[in-house]
Amino acid sequence: MKKKLIEVKNLKKYFETKKGLLHAVDDVNFYIKAGETLGLVGESGCGKSTTGRVILRLLEPTNGEILFEGQNILRYNKQQMREMRKKMQIVFQDPFASLNPRMSISQIISEPLEINKVYTTKVEMDKRVKELMDTVGLAERLVNTYPHELDGGRRQRVGIARALALNPDFIVQDEPVSALDVSIQAQILNLMDQLQKELSLTYLFISHDLSVIKHVSDRIAVMYLGKIVELSDYKTMFKDPLHPYTQALLSAIPAPQIGVQKERIILEGDVPSPINPPEGCRFYGRCRHRQYICKQQTPELKDMGKERYVACHFVGNLK
Amino acid sequence: MTINQKLLEIKNLTIHYITDEGTVHAVENMSIEIGKGETLGLVGETGAGKTTTALGIMQLVPNPPGKIIGGEIIYEGENLLGKSPAELRKIRGNNISMIFQDPMTSLNPVMTVGEQVAEVIKLHQKVSAAVAMIKAQDMLETVGIPEERHKEYPHQFSGGMRQRVVIAIALACNPNLLIADEPTTALDVTIQAQVLNLMKSLKEEFQTSMIMITHDLGIVAEICDKVAIMYAGNVVEYTDKVALFTNPKHPYTIGLFNSIPNIEDDVEKLKPIQGLMPDPTNLPSGCPFHPRCPKAINVCSKKLPKPIEIAKDHFVSCILYSDR
Amino acid sequence: MADVKIVKKKRSQWMEVWRRLKQNKAAMIGLFIIGVLVFTAIFADFIAPEGYDDQDLYRRFIPPGSKHILGTDHLGRDILSRIIYGSRISLQVGFIAVGIAAVIGGTLGAVAGYYGKRLDNMIMRLMDILLAIPSILLAISIVAALGANLVNVMIAVGIASIPSYARIVRASVLTIKDQEFIEAARAIGADDFRIIIKHIIPNAMAPIIVQATLGVASAILSAAGLSFIGLGIQPPNPEWGAMLSAGRYYIRDHWHIATFPGLAIMITIFGLNLFGDGLRDALDPRLKN
Repeated sequence: MKKKLIEVKNLKKYFETKKGLLHAVDDVNFYIKAGETLGLVGESGCGKSTTGRVILRLLEPTNGEILFEGQNILRYNKQQMREMRKKMQIVFQDPFASLNPRMSISQIISEPLEINKVYTTKVEMDKRVKELMDTVGLAERLVNTYPHELDGGRRQRVGIARALALNPDFIVQDEPVSALDVSIQAQILNLMDQLQKELSLTYLFISHDLSVIKHVSDRIAVMYLGKIVELSDYKTMFKDPLHPYTQALLSAIPAPQIGVQKERIILEGDVPSPINPPEGCRFYGRCRHRQYICKQQTPELKDMGKERYVACHFVGNLK
Repeated sequence: MTINQKLLEIKNLTIHYITDEGTVHAVENMSIEIGKGETLGLVGETGAGKTTTALGIMQLVPNPPGKIIGGEIIYEGENLLGKSPAELRKIRGNNISMIFQDPMTSLNPVMTVGEQVAEVIKLHQKVSAAVAMIKAQDMLETVGIPEERHKEYPHQFSGGMRQRVVIAIALACNPNLLIADEPTTALDVTIQAQVLNLMKSLKEEFQTSMIMITHDLGIVAEICDKVAIMYAGNVVEYTDKVALFTNPKHPYTIGLFNSIPNIEDDVEKLKPIQGLMPDPTNLPSGCPFHPRCPKAINVCSKKLPKPIEIAKDHFVSCILYSDR
Repeated sequence: MADVKIVKKKRSQWMEVWRRLKQNKAAMIGLFIIGVLVFTAIFADFIAPEGYDDQDLYRRFIPPGSKHILGTDHLGRDILSRIIYGSRISLQVGFIAVGIAAVIGGTLGAVAGYYGKRLDNMIMRLMDILLAIPSILLAISIVAALGANLVNVMIAVGIASIPSYARIVRASVLTIKDQEFIEAARAIGADDFRIIIKHIIPNAMAPIIVQATLGVASAILSAAGLSFIGLGIQPPNPEWGAMLSAGRYYIRDHWHIATFPGLAIMITIFGLNLFGDGLRDALDPRLKN
């Protein structure tokens, strides 16, 4: 087994709201091996974006450990954290909001280099900016344009170039293609795949789109209401989902094919509020297999062997 | 496809937006038809002209800058383009109604959902307020909102439930044609499945014809009978669903299929369409897709291809299929 | 209109604003008035027929005519010359007072908006107290305490309008700081200072500029008001408000002494307001196309 680059232990992030404590991320455990892509999938409000941000310490966790190459980065002081930031980066969902509209493309891409004083001369820095633009497939003539002059796909390439500037090992991809049209989305997905191979990057790929997640991930973690309910390699996940939520989620995707009529599990109701959630399984209210124990006891994320984890009391006994 | 009686026929519809930056050819020479009880999928990417087509049918294209340059929209034998604003108001919401993408903004935040459904009924049917309210409650029940919730305000509902309210408003007067503009794009997958299921069953129950605007070919496979693929204002392929999925012909359609990560099989690498959407004020000459088309030949940049019927009711606007 | 998106237009955002501004005739008239004013203020020495303090008691109260276009005042000074020199003082007061208010108010607003919580509460309550006092009264008491001269008038008028800048900047900082590009900056290791200077301020500029343009007008008006009641610029300095004040004793017999400075104030305020309104419309993204 390859070594673990990132490991998250008992990670919790609660937000205080007027109505009570919002459990955005609630006792999450997983690891990401060097060079792989872990897909984090779930519906809106399940805590997947918060997880990504907490790992980068853009948000401070309420509790837990975040290990980068075995070191708990939560113990790092400001100076150490600044060094750490060079190794972990993020690409955002909205290529419109994630670029400062008043800065030119070269200013945006060179900003991380400038802040971290990577180069001493402007010539070197400009050279690096051009190199980065070339890497992500941006034409050199765009160097002095502004974000509003570019389309979504190109803006997203700028965001990727900025994330790559400091030669990171690990990148959180927070819904990087959700705001793009399908034909552009495919271009960006291919680019990310190519970059991962060339620069041996490790990705945490966050998305709500299951077909995208399946395409990019080596392993997939499914989140529901702040908790991971199932985690396994992508093939097993899609062939034989074990958690009732995963089963419903996979069956809900409208496949762009005809004749493949699969049995659809339609879930009742909506995702409940993450504020002061009750004890027991978070999926209790919508689960078709629920029993008394599910309301009483929160199921643990059980190790099923072969890097497969499921949080359900009746795993293996369903169908 | 023509066995059914025609409900709506669009002939050579052209809509432009005239702005300072130049003229946007939002819809060019579009011809499609929808039979009774039929569902047409209108598929394309941002800027393809899908929403403009819908607004054109409803006669709601913002003017200025939008302008219907030419063509006919024939609804039950009558051309909507010749109608007066008063006549159109009678048709809108009553015979033809529309569902918008964002359920958050298409409801009035200061009216209860019951009142909002009742309002449409009062507007189009000669009934008392009390009767309208009862009808509204029935309608809400039909879309799966319990009776006791009709006195609640939109913010008290979740996204999926709000979209149900929007559907209830659209179906309140039992329209013949429902135009749904990306009705599930803002929703989560499991909620999308609920809403699509609901729309499917309501469509069958009320025998409503539908235009489903979407960028998701999965939804098309799910709910549509036939499909028009749009690119930069032009319909490039127009056929029934089975033919589209088994035998796509236009290079753009094929490119779209190759761009979607396949959920059933493993594909190592996607084959995206090269290049970017053209500037709508400055479309390429000839076929607007030719700069991105892997099969483009010399002639493509010179001549805009006409729809060619390559099989029965399967139209492709591509020079590859003409009998040059 | 999700369908219509204009892509790839090689224009910076400020060029876009200028293009929209040019289409607004009223704003262009305002800009013209401001331009003339700035021009006369800079070249007053060359334009004015006489000095602002050239007294000649033998030619008092001459009505407007060919020799003195706007006539002379009770000390025999050429009114046109005094108005021309007066534009210097008015513009100085206007721009410097607004500068003080915008810099201090802007910084306070930015800090309050960015850090939030207790600091925000403290700063904004302080602003509320300032706002509770009518600004002209506040200015009067400041000048009364510090003494009546040009510098103190600028300070007084400036301090009185700090709260409005603080509020505007705080509001726009609050919306900007939640944008993803701020988070992106933090992810690449930017500190708070850099985030405020490089990312927040440039994006909060638009409303400040509009407020400042309109603010220059009200600062000029406040300064004229202070001078009118004798607490502003002291004679013989040719301040428009002071001229108006001195001329009001003779208004029955010699209307021109008070009228022309009054007109000068009016036209200036009018021009600045026209331009400010036009600028606001041009910067408002909702009116884009």
